[in-house]
Amino acid sequence: MCGIAGIVNISDRRESPTIELLQSMIGAIRYRGPDEYGLYRDNYAGLVHARLSIIDIQTGQQPMSNEDHTLWIVFNGEIFNFIELKAELQKLGHHFQTHSDTEIILHAFESWGVDCFSRFNGQWALALWNSQTHTLLLSRDRIGVRPLYICENNGKVIFGSEIKAIFADPSVTRAINPQGLDQTFTYWASIAPVTVFKGIEELPPASFRLYGPNGQKKEKLYWSPSYSEAPRSWEHTSSFPTLVDATKLLREKLEQATRLRMLRSDVPVGSYLSGGLDSSIIAQLGRQAKEGRFETFSIRFDDPEFDETKYQRMMAATLDSSHREIIVSRKDIAQVFPDVIRHTERPILRTAPAPLFLLSKAVREAGIKAVLTGEGADEMLAGYDIFREAKIRQFWSHQPISKVRPLLFDRIYPYLVRSPQRARGMAFEFWKKGFERAGSPGFSHGPRWQTTSSLKKFLSKDLLSSIEKNPSPSALDNLPAAFNQWDSLAQAQYLEITTLLSTYLISSQGDRMLMAHSVEGRFPFLDADVMEFCNRLPAEYKLAFLEEKRILKKVADGLIPESIIHRKKQPYRAPDAVSFLSQDGPEYIQELFSDRKLKTNGVLNPQAVRGLYDKCISKRDRVHESGLFSNTDNMAFIGILSTQLVVQQFIETPESSHETRIQFKTFIDCTQNSSPEH
Amino acid sequence: MVDQQNIKNIVRDFVQKNFIFDTSTVVTDDESLLGTGVIDSTGVLELIGYLEDKFQLTFEDSELVSENFDSILKITAFLQKKLEK
Repeated sequence: MCGIAGIVNISDRRESPTIELLQSMIGAIRYRGPDEYGLYRDNYAGLVHARLSIIDIQTGQQPMSNEDHTLWIVFNGEIFNFIELKAELQKLGHHFQTHSDTEIILHAFESWGVDCFSRFNGQWALALWNSQTHTLLLSRDRIGVRPLYICENNGKVIFGSEIKAIFADPSVTRAINPQGLDQTFTYWASIAPVTVFKGIEELPPASFRLYGPNGQKKEKLYWSPSYSEAPRSWEHTSSFPTLVDATKLLREKLEQATRLRMLRSDVPVGSYLSGGLDSSIIAQLGRQAKEGRFETFSIRFDDPEFDETKYQRMMAATLDSSHREIIVSRKDIAQVFPDVIRHTERPILRTAPAPLFLLSKAVREAGIKAVLTGEGADEMLAGYDIFREAKIRQFWSHQPISKVRPLLFDRIYPYLVRSPQRARGMAFEFWKKGFERAGSPGFSHGPRWQTTSSLKKFLSKDLLSSIEKNPSPSALDNLPAAFNQWDSLAQAQYLEITTLLSTYLISSQGDRMLMAHSVEGRFPFLDADVMEFCNRLPAEYKLAFLEEKRILKKVADGLIPESIIHRKKQPYRAPDAVSFLSQDGPEYIQELFSDRKLKTNGVLNPQAVRGLYDKCISKRDRVHESGLFSNTDNMAFIGILSTQLVVQQFIETPESSHETRIQFKTFIDCTQNSSPEH
Repeated sequence: MVDQQNIKNIVRDFVQKNFIFDTSTVVTDDESLLGTGVIDSTGVLELIGYLEDKFQLTFEDSELVSENFDSILKITAFLQKKLEK
């Protein structure tokens, strides 16, 4: 796992980026690959690489070239099926100098062109520079596990694994993009290509972008989540295997995906354990894939409301792993939150990434560079409440006047049964919103997006008027042509993957928190074969009316303790606003919520923010009470705080000088007047 | 003509998998599902939700009574009637 960055002249102007600038760019993201650094430069382009050595530690240095040194690559990630691809390429006459997956990409591209990406099973962000044709190709994996950002600036393309690398170029303007905040306060995060910074684009997952000489540009999706058509009638007999056979197949695919992620590594791979079904299955499959010591890592919480210690320890005992725990308090969350936002590079509405930031630190301190996690199971196999909620709302929408249909919500939210009648009625009214759109795209996510959109009242008037004039793209724009033929669960899954998994869970809560401490995440549920298989499953194998992840529970049978299989799903959460509000809370809170600060940057509405702040502060003596703040107030508080931190850290007072004393182990300077050095 | 046996199998399969769980326990066709506690009040809604999806039907609140849903046999007969309408 690594960090990449580069600058390419697309105006065909001979202008080589300076070594100092390239050093500064890679220096800004050096934690992504602290093991060694590499640079390639010619008269038009400069590529830099920070390496976290995991595969082929001896000879896998980058930037790497093909045999005639015309094609250069910097690559962040893993191609897990590289050994199989290598055999295929050798049959086609290719010869290899190294044992790395990086070299496979070069040869695969030479053989298959951009079709090579759909053959890769992995997680990557890469740049390929053809120094003869002056063509730059950028590409990302299917789900966007590995990040890649682009800035087109004055005839140049500047790219980097993180936005910091791009901002290291002082000619890049730093400003907030209202569209990015509009999306954040609707979907929980900006959706690629939009980012919260003007002029900075995120390359969309599963796509590639080509820059040719003289400004030609082409972008294409090579993959998209795709599902089977919904059965047309009840008499339709599915050609799909029975649940028993499908369970067996899914288990085999998960075993294979986990084995690839355990064995295709020259360093030990550990595993996260949340105490839930998904990570328990993956940890067990990881354990079975390789003999010897197996390291597991868990987050415990001071707050019992969020803590899952009992199940984590039960699973660690089952695995007989070397288990490490960190205990996270509210104070810890408040303390690291500014660092967390420096890494997410975008506002977030929950503090949930913060404990994961602390966990990756513990992983790294234990000497582990790569971990398996259960991320992706809830999206691929319908684990989230939003899918069950959508199902009940759809059922109710058949008869909106029905008094009994909404009682099904008691099934998924048992607390409703104990709630006062009025609160229950309010909850039902909330879910009833948007019934007129039942059956149309976005019905499943309507309530979430509507609730989140209410946070826009905290944005400044100027920003809101800019959004009104120039609205951000909708998550429902550019849906796949077959979207309407899919069943409603598949539609909801697609939206969950594209609006939350790729944008927030696998990024802000995934790659960014792991890489902050130089740890690579590996996600068997996001394996290309596993995803394709899950997407072809009939809906009822995933969501059996209201039972989530039905097939996965069957896969788990015999692998993990029954009490973990059948426990009620506990969403991973961390204490939100309460973390910041105690008497000895962090000093930066007052500063960031101050009128002076709010008025200076002009992003938020000072009066509204002050109102929320006062409301929260007034409850500070009761921070030990659970459920003190509503879901909306919690999201608003964290959203405002993180927006302020983004503005402060990236726009107002950017890090003045990055580490520029990077020593390049690989240094290839092909600029005119320089002879190539290796 | 709607195939009664086919409907009954679909209903039985759902009841078995979602309310009984244990495949060794067999519910007879005329056994009261509500009376014996196999299905509770929200369980009926779960069943109806499934049947509406499966058979592309909609039930009125007034139809959601035990005469129509108390046993596999009653459910099958009621569904058959609705499908033939």
